Amino acid sequence: MNVDPVHVRAFGPTALLAEVDDAAAALALATWLREHRVAATEVVPAARTVLLDGLDPADLGGARALLAGWRDEPAAGDDAGQGRGPVGPVVELPVVYDGPDLDDVADLWGVSREEVVARHTGLELLSVFCGFAPGFAYLSGLPQEWAVPRLDSPRTRVPAGSVAVADTWCGVYPTVSPGGWRLLGRTRTPLWDVDRDPPALLAPGTRVRFVVEDPS
Amino acid sequence: MTGGVLEVLATGPLCTVQDHGRPGLAHLGVPRAGPLDRPAADLANRLVGNRPGAALLEVVLGGLELRATVDTWVAVTGAPAPAAVGRRSAGLARAERLPAGAVLRLGAPATGVRSYVAVAGGVDVAPVLGSRSTDTLAEVGPPVVAPGQRLPLGSPAGPPAAVEAPVAPTGPPTGLLRVHPGPRLERLGPHALAELCATAYVVGAEADRVGLRLDGPPLTRADAGELPSEGMVLGSVQVPPSGRPVVFLADHPPTGGYPVVAVVDPRDLWQCGQLRPGEPVRFTRAR
Repeated sequence: MNVDPVHVRAFGPTALLAEVDDAAAALALATWLREHRVAATEVVPAARTVLLDGLDPADLGGARALLAGWRDEPAAGDDAGQGRGPVGPVVELPVVYDGPDLDDVADLWGVSREEVVARHTGLELLSVFCGFAPGFAYLSGLPQEWAVPRLDSPRTRVPAGSVAVADTWCGVYPTVSPGGWRLLGRTRTPLWDVDRDPPALLAPGTRVRFVVEDPS
Repeated sequence: MTGGVLEVLATGPLCTVQDHGRPGLAHLGVPRAGPLDRPAADLANRLVGNRPGAALLEVVLGGLELRATVDTWVAVTGAPAPAAVGRRSAGLARAERLPAGAVLRLGAPATGVRSYVAVAGGVDVAPVLGSRSTDTLAEVGPPVVAPGQRLPLGSPAGPPAAVEAPVAPTGPPTGLLRVHPGPRLERLGPHALAELCATAYVVGAEADRVGLRLDGPPLTRADAGELPSEGMVLGSVQVPPSGRPVVFLADHPPTGGYPVVAVVDPRDLWQCGQLRPGEPVRFTRAR
């Protein structure tokens, strides 16, 4: 049993950085901290950390004490760690698989294009954190043996809606931006809408499935 | 009663609308935004009777000309840009009458970078995600202010009240920035913080609202590897592979993958918005 699942570092006078094992644990901890109404302006899960920012400098101890109470393990009657249960809604994203890197990914995996699509649409993905750009969600669930390297030279312009993979992450570019992930296809579903609450369709905790859309 | 409209006749290198920004959205990838010199912005609002955090204009190196369609009050703070209302020169850091139809002009300041222009009632452009700030990184919020735009004004609460305890403007920045230890010192070697504090830097040419990029001898890195992406705070002193530090400012990306050697004390962040390319910067441990 891991009795001390969180290592806490000071991050300037008003923030703490909590280190955990992986992105799923970070999401679970962030969810748990929000449920416990941590007195932070920002609760930012990431690949192996949760940032608590905007804390009262005179009460960092309170946040540290709360963090010490978290256990990343199944509680009684729970089939996952605290906050690790099925957390958010399921979003299905229709994808036209005609991306410029589809053949490269097929080569890297040693399979056909059709098999790449079959694998990608078979994944059960989870948005574990957002970063890079508003609404850009890092989706976990790609097996380690299917990890693919980023492009050696990032593209200066990736179209909005591009469906991509890099390392063990899946993602969708919400807006036009530079980018170094490998592009498998595109979706027409808007990922970022400032008039929606939350504006990010794939906010942390959202479960995601890709489905094939025929080009039309 | 409506607050009228500000007609923008000319702008300098960059003019944006800023309020207190979008705290609380970093987990969705949205930067905080807000004025780089917050004490100056808050003072300008206070002088014209606005609440702190009312939307105002952040003006880089002067060059602004605007006209109000109603009689109103303005205050200019921050970088001491020579200001004039019509042909009459206007004082800095005090409420000035701006009659309907008169033109407010800001020349280039002799020191500093960013001046703040608050108008009674505040700039009333449509908020995006709860804020009227322009975020130059993620392009959330209103567009950059440009000639020909008409910026609506909010309704003033009343004539500006005398400021009971006037706040002295902060004066030009010294370039001495107090810092706290960062969370990733071990990635940069045991002496990284001491090395940072012993190095003479100058502000780089690409300093902007995202970061104060510094030129100087590169910091030696104990570990050249990148970190998994993690959350960043305002004032994070990030060390990219070049070894030349960058101080994250209001439009910084919410997450980053380079180690943070130090965090600039909130009391000195305003300086980062007022230091010019080529001006010296030193770091010192905060007490």
